[in-house]
Amino acid sequence: MTGGYILQQLVSGLVLGSVYALIAVGFSMIYGIVRLINFAHGDVLMVGAFAAFGVLTVLNLPLWAALVAVLAVGAVLAMVIDLVAFRPQRSAPQVNGFITSLGVSILLQNLGVLLLTGQPRPFNLPDWLRANIDVLGARMTVLEAVTVCLTVVILLALVALVRGTRMGVAMRAAAENPMAAQLMGIRLNRAIATAFATGGALAAIAGVLWAGRAGQIDPLMGLVPGLKAFVAAVIGGVGSLAGAVMGGYVLGLAEVLFVGLLPPEYGAYRDAFVFGLLILILLVLPNGLLGRAAEERA
Amino acid sequence: MARPLLTLDEVDVWRGPSQVLRRVSLTVEEGEIVALLGANGAGKTSTLLTISGLLRPRRGRVVLSLDGRDLDLARLSPDRIVAAGVAHCPEGRQIFGGLSVRENLMIGAHLRRDGEVAADAAAMAALFPILRDRAGSRAGLLSGGEQMMLAMARALMSRPRLLLLDEPSLGLAPQMVETVFEIIADIRGRGTTVLLVEQNAGMALEIADRAYVLENGEVRLSGPASEIAADPRMREAYLGLGPGAAPVAEAVP
Repeated sequence: MTGGYILQQLVSGLVLGSVYALIAVGFSMIYGIVRLINFAHGDVLMVGAFAAFGVLTVLNLPLWAALVAVLAVGAVLAMVIDLVAFRPQRSAPQVNGFITSLGVSILLQNLGVLLLTGQPRPFNLPDWLRANIDVLGARMTVLEAVTVCLTVVILLALVALVRGTRMGVAMRAAAENPMAAQLMGIRLNRAIATAFATGGALAAIAGVLWAGRAGQIDPLMGLVPGLKAFVAAVIGGVGSLAGAVMGGYVLGLAEVLFVGLLPPEYGAYRDAFVFGLLILILLVLPNGLLGRAAEERA
Repeated sequence: MARPLLTLDEVDVWRGPSQVLRRVSLTVEEGEIVALLGANGAGKTSTLLTISGLLRPRRGRVVLSLDGRDLDLARLSPDRIVAAGVAHCPEGRQIFGGLSVRENLMIGAHLRRDGEVAADAAAMAALFPILRDRAGSRAGLLSGGEQMMLAMARALMSRPRLLLLDEPSLGLAPQMVETVFEIIADIRGRGTTVLLVEQNAGMALEIADRAYVLENGEVRLSGPASEIAADPRMREAYLGLGPGAAPVAEAVP
């Protein structure tokens, strides 16, 4: 096993971790402000991938148009889900929202199968994204390099949003203490809608990157990345944005190293390994890497 | 005569299955400090939450009268009530512990779009020097007294006409309680009207112009602060913690 091989694995882990981080950070953001485990998050990713497919392959428009459309579709879809499914039961117990999110997830998947059939479709990004390049001795596609860079840019923009803008600070305040936030004049529903829109846009972009790696899309494609991002968010400490990013990278690296460094016959156990890792981390750190002591709000 | 700044007229409020306010009527005139007194569970906090729009009256009116214009607060959303000029400094301070001191002040000015927010934040630092030295640190790291200062400064950042203060002395050391009451008097001196909820009746009646005493969600007594302080029925309403026993009340954390 050479140093070059390990470097190659690290790069792959970084790429996979970037996609996980993008999904997990939105998931955690939504949890932070409404205490909702949103299982429909992965299906927003799926819809984002289909939106890109529609713009690129069906309408034959350029990549930048697809990215704009994907961001908009992800943000609007997540806000509509919040408005229709979650807002009417805002004061209901936490478990109701969780079950509703499962329902929304199944609804989106079945709508996808109904309207678009369950048959996988080839998903082709422009050729230049599939070219190979050398970065510090490791081989990667342009898409992989773009994935890492885009993730860094998006996460920096997210930090600027939640630290530097009026709405971002209001969202953090509402996540911490909704009642006091209301007394300060913060419109809770607007802050929550912003969190959904942001998380949805990030998930949709992640969907394009995920589909670009896989080379195909289908209406059930959101399940695995959604679940993995949930694990990443929990590893990082659900509700913590920095934790979600860290959890995403820990998970991506661990998963790739597990597959890459062990004999090939263990490859099939990759998901078992992921969940084993989750259990192990939670045994040692019950609140995740960066989570604060668990608080259940009544 | 002009209408009072705030009028509650025969207000009934329910929280779930139980009625917490029964035909509560009170007024607050511009420039006054009005104390709202009573034992635990008498309905003081519920009254403030009703004014802020977090609780809704089932009957009765809550009217804010500003410059000849009447606003029915029972029909306004909480953010519009803040925008209209009512700031609420809630019980237990409720500062945002994970945010910096500066960010807490920003949140207080959340609805303001004028260019003087930064100037007001600087004015708060002058009024509460503790906040200037700790502007960048997490608010959760402040001491109880400092958090109280921050909570009051945060409420003032919205430039309120009416400040609702819920138990500002709760859990503070006696010396800090003195400071807090001096600040309340100072706030009124700068032109902000104050509706003050307090367990510490002795201190509250010293700085208030008028007072209402609630018992089981009803107004039991009302009048000038000096009369209320001398009224023997105060003791009943307070289960022995009347003004005569004020030093005891102060010692209780």
